[in-house]
Amino acid sequence: MKIIKSLRTAPPTAWFGFVVVTIYLIVAIFAPLIAPYGEREIVGDEYVAWDSQFIFGTDALGRDMFTRLVFGARNTVGIAFVTTVLAFVVGAVFGLLAAVVGGWLDQLLSRTVDVLMAIPSLIFKLLLLTIFGTSVVNMVLIIALIDSTRVYRLARSVAMNIVVMDYIEAARLRGERLPRLIIREILPNAMAPLVAEFGLRFCFVFLAISALSFLGLGIQPPTADWGSMVRENASLISFGDITPLLPAAAIALLTVAVNFIVDWMLHRASGLKD
Amino acid sequence: MGSVWKMVAHRLGLGLLTMFVISILIFGAIELLPGDLAEEILGQSATPETVAAFRKEIGLDKPPVTRYVEWLGNVVQGNLGRSLANGREISELIGSRLPNTLFLALYATVLAVPIALTLGILAALYRNTLFDRLINITTLTSISFPEFFLAYLLIFFLAQTGLFPSMSNIGPKMGLSGKIYNTFLPALTLTFVVTAHMMRMTRAAIVNLLASPYIEMAKLKGVSPLWVIVRHALPNAFAPIINVVALNLAYLITGVVVVEVVFVYPGLGQLMVDSVSKRDITVVQAVSLIFACAYILLNLTADVLSTLSNPRLIHKR
Repeated sequence: MKIIKSLRTAPPTAWFGFVVVTIYLIVAIFAPLIAPYGEREIVGDEYVAWDSQFIFGTDALGRDMFTRLVFGARNTVGIAFVTTVLAFVVGAVFGLLAAVVGGWLDQLLSRTVDVLMAIPSLIFKLLLLTIFGTSVVNMVLIIALIDSTRVYRLARSVAMNIVVMDYIEAARLRGERLPRLIIREILPNAMAPLVAEFGLRFCFVFLAISALSFLGLGIQPPTADWGSMVRENASLISFGDITPLLPAAAIALLTVAVNFIVDWMLHRASGLKD
Repeated sequence: MGSVWKMVAHRLGLGLLTMFVISILIFGAIELLPGDLAEEILGQSATPETVAAFRKEIGLDKPPVTRYVEWLGNVVQGNLGRSLANGREISELIGSRLPNTLFLALYATVLAVPIALTLGILAALYRNTLFDRLINITTLTSISFPEFFLAYLLIFFLAQTGLFPSMSNIGPKMGLSGKIYNTFLPALTLTFVVTAHMMRMTRAAIVNLLASPYIEMAKLKGVSPLWVIVRHALPNAFAPIINVVALNLAYLITGVVVVEVVFVYPGLGQLMVDSVSKRDITVVQAVSLIFACAYILLNLTADVLSTLSNPRLIHKR
């Protein structure tokens, strides 16, 4: 109820964000029903122009662009979501633990994170991908690991401010155990910044996956994925065809939408009124 | 005066330490492999003899610490070893590309910093107006765009019409004006990416200060709004602005990777991507080390500069 009430006061940008995200979700969930052809099905000649049969034409192998765009929503967004959840769980759990337990555990974790964060993240990801080899599973794990350091930082600093409060002291004196202390006492008060961070993190992870796939190092063909679709069809641009821009625009639109929502949430959480 | 230099020296020391730890990390990452590098590269079908011979060739038969010390000693002397893929000297591969990447990053910086500062100041001046909101939405949008989308948009709108070349062929013999013309689109892409962030931070830093009593005093004595910001607010906003400028330049270093690939620009990023797909680990290590050092150096510079821009730290009582 509270959410619906606050939604009513949300600015148009946030509304736009919610509508776009909902549409993406629907497309991703019902992809096979929406797409006219199969994900990897070759249905016509190469690079057919836009017409009534193939709404956005076909790609370099004669697969329907529209179909692959629809399935891309499922693959690209799905993989990005799983990666974000992974990064988030790892980062948040360790961040909260470090703040609550403190002492050597905090020192150990924080210094490790400092070192991992000192290398530019794309470069670090490329280095690890070279060592472990390029595959989707490796990519997901590597991005999750590196992005979890950023989540850790935030979770720790948020929890640090909560841990010193009196009610935590009381909970400790009452003899609450660590898991309950974290889940029941600290987490509810740390939720607002963490949820906003989740949205932001999703954007970063999503862009990172798209960039890696675009470079040919992420999600591999024949899986329909927006990043690699741009790469495969990029040569069309020099002929004045905007088809390769469509998957890129799909990526951009979703990140913009999520950013608008996060912007509004942060604005609301900070208590600013304009 | 003494304490601030002590602080700077302290920061420099920390920076050196970070570089050392990172060199260990970049070198040691290979040790994370379940087997070792030789097995991994030669694959399952290799005979034990070939694996042993290859190990000896790249020095894997020695203990890791010895190898690390040897590697670091060579790197410090500028000898980065040989590429695993084609046996060429890495320093030779990098030598021609590093200046290209630096040129591109510098080019984007020269474009981005003045634009970002001007827009940031204007947005702070006209805050909460339509202009400010428009800038806010545009920058938020351009931050969320993947770099390759911006790059292809620029190609579509500017290279299609024949205004600028979409491939940045640059050679050592090319004059500066030709270079600037040929690399305009990649530089513009990078400018778009970093300007947004820098501008938002400039605006935020200034707006934060506008609530201070001394700003109100300036307003009350009749100073014009522009002058209040430029003369009174800006000097105190320098520290965060320097920080965000340096952070974005550091970001440029990684941003170039994707942009270089789009525009087929002969720089370090392109080399890195090629080497990753070939699993040419020695080259990737060398390039990562260069990128990481540049990143740390920029952060260090930001730290020192923002310390020096704060009179309260320089004239400590």
